[in-house]
Amino acid sequence: MEKIIDLRNITVKYGDNTVLEDLNLYINSKEFITLLGPSGCGKTTTLRVIAGFVEPDSGEVVFEGKVINDVPPHKRRVNTIFQRYALFSHMNVYDNIAFGPEIQKKSRKEIDQTVSEMLELVNLKGFEKRSIDSLSGGQQQRVAIARALANKPHVLLLDEPLGALDLKLRKDMQKELKAIQKRMGITFIYVTHDQEEALSMSDTVVVMDKGKIQQIGTPEDIYNEPVNAFVADFIGESNIVDAVMLDDYKVTFGGSVFKCLDFGFEKNEVVDAVVRPEDIKIVEIGKPASLTGKITSVTFKGVHFEILVDVKGFIWMIQTTEYHEVGKSIGMYIEPDAIHIMKRSEYSGEFGDYSYFSDEMDHISDATYNWEEEENEAKSFD
Amino acid sequence: MKQNLSTKLLRQPYIVWSVLFILAPLAMVCYYAFTDKSGAFSLNSISQIPSYLSVFGKSILYGAVATVICFFLSYPFAYALSKAKLSAQKTMVMLVMLPMWMNFLIRTYSWMTILGRSGLLNKFLSLFGVESIKFLGTPGAVILGMVYNFLPYMILPIYSVLSKLDNSLIEAAKDLGCNRLQVFKRVVFPLSLPGILSGVTMVFVPCVSTFYITQKLGNGQIMLIGDIIEMQFQQANNYNLGAALSLVLMVLILICIGVMNRFGSSEENGGALYI
Repeated sequence: MEKIIDLRNITVKYGDNTVLEDLNLYINSKEFITLLGPSGCGKTTTLRVIAGFVEPDSGEVVFEGKVINDVPPHKRRVNTIFQRYALFSHMNVYDNIAFGPEIQKKSRKEIDQTVSEMLELVNLKGFEKRSIDSLSGGQQQRVAIARALANKPHVLLLDEPLGALDLKLRKDMQKELKAIQKRMGITFIYVTHDQEEALSMSDTVVVMDKGKIQQIGTPEDIYNEPVNAFVADFIGESNIVDAVMLDDYKVTFGGSVFKCLDFGFEKNEVVDAVVRPEDIKIVEIGKPASLTGKITSVTFKGVHFEILVDVKGFIWMIQTTEYHEVGKSIGMYIEPDAIHIMKRSEYSGEFGDYSYFSDEMDHISDATYNWEEEENEAKSFD
Repeated sequence: MKQNLSTKLLRQPYIVWSVLFILAPLAMVCYYAFTDKSGAFSLNSISQIPSYLSVFGKSILYGAVATVICFFLSYPFAYALSKAKLSAQKTMVMLVMLPMWMNFLIRTYSWMTILGRSGLLNKFLSLFGVESIKFLGTPGAVILGMVYNFLPYMILPIYSVLSKLDNSLIEAAKDLGCNRLQVFKRVVFPLSLPGILSGVTMVFVPCVSTFYITQKLGNGQIMLIGDIIEMQFQQANNYNLGAALSLVLMVLILICIGVMNRFGSSEENGGALYI
């Protein structure tokens, strides 16, 4: 595959706040790539660097083989779908979509043709004369897609485009965007904080945090083989526990010894072990390769029960379709291939157990914790 | 829609207010315009209107010139202001509004002492050996008075629209291939039209009907329709003609605003400001 965008050693700072730190990322042609991370991780800034709205303090942006750091946004062959669509409310649907081709001084006939092609692509035939304000959120979203694609971009940048839609519509639009990408055969760079969206749409997922790339891989890789505690915690639910590698294929945590599939660590190396909640089987107490704990909470989630278990003060999460009573002591059997071992990282220990789900609850009573820092990115766009 | 009692009660004072201070005076204007001194129905006053047509025309011309000047002064300023730092914006808006805290008459009066034969400006010019120039009583002085007095009413609505303009719209335009000039022509300007229209209305209307500015800065030598109307009430004691003139002025202003709004809204719907 051919590289279409290459970001080399990109650093972006707003004052003292480093938003992107020495970021390296290449994007292949015709790929659906998703930048995934919590707010303030630098994913939107990365997108804006590519679009040309943010000039990196250092590093090179290479587009189709040329360095484009100095090329202004209007001369880049990329188009953006903005978070709140940014449609022109003083124009009707037709004029919004015709906006790009008109600027490029295309002939009237060509413009008419492009607009009707685009309207067909997004299933909005016959909406030409409608005003933007008369459209629903989903329809506005489609107009935004049509408007961006009418410019025949080589790369389409999507900045949390589905954030404002409700859950069901979001799922439909996910499918549709994926289909449009396949049909147009262009590169999509998609920004989201929704891990499910990222997993279900992308060819490649880039997990970001604190202005750095944590992991790049296929959705399966990211889910099954997270490189550190941050990725494991951010993608899906996971129990992340301190463990010691006794030998190749042998690990101990929670006071029990388990077989696993991981090797190549030093003897007695301290590591992080990840166990997905759906991979834990509830068994009788005392079986080999199992932990013993006491159920502290059971929540019905529809598809399954979410059971929190206290194992020596560490709260584990189990997802199971069987009902168990609160207060019961149980055994938790974990198969070798359900255990994923990661090297220790700066994130080790940060995510702790399931006493709380959110980072915010972990810090909620901490008066010295600075939330502003997290939100700085969003505020300093200009 | 059903409205509860509190909504109805809350509305009452406003209704009373409108009847007392808007509808009743309007009715009185109409009454006087179509009656004679004895109170009998008469078209006498209305029939005198044609002889004042040139004054009407002149008033509208003065108002239009002042409005256009206000617009060209205000738009760049409001645009720059909306791009400035937030603290600077607050200070500047304060400074724009500051003169409005002072009485309108005093503000106009003070221009007399600046523009007079032995006023500040002429004194300053005499330092360079320039002979005393007649400013007061010229159309320029009247227009200056209008622009000076009503400028804030143009700046503020334009600024308010521009400062609320979503930055992502500007980025979207750039993203779709617009250079800076095209961004302005195709997105910023059309989207600021509502502000421009309310600014134009708020400047044009008082300019057309003013009499104080023409009296003081026009030195009584420039007669606009406001002066004629004022004269009917204050000196000629001809309420009927005064009311008829007021009525016609009102209709003319309504027509002007209607034309402007139509022009504005067609921009909004048609959208295409071609380059």
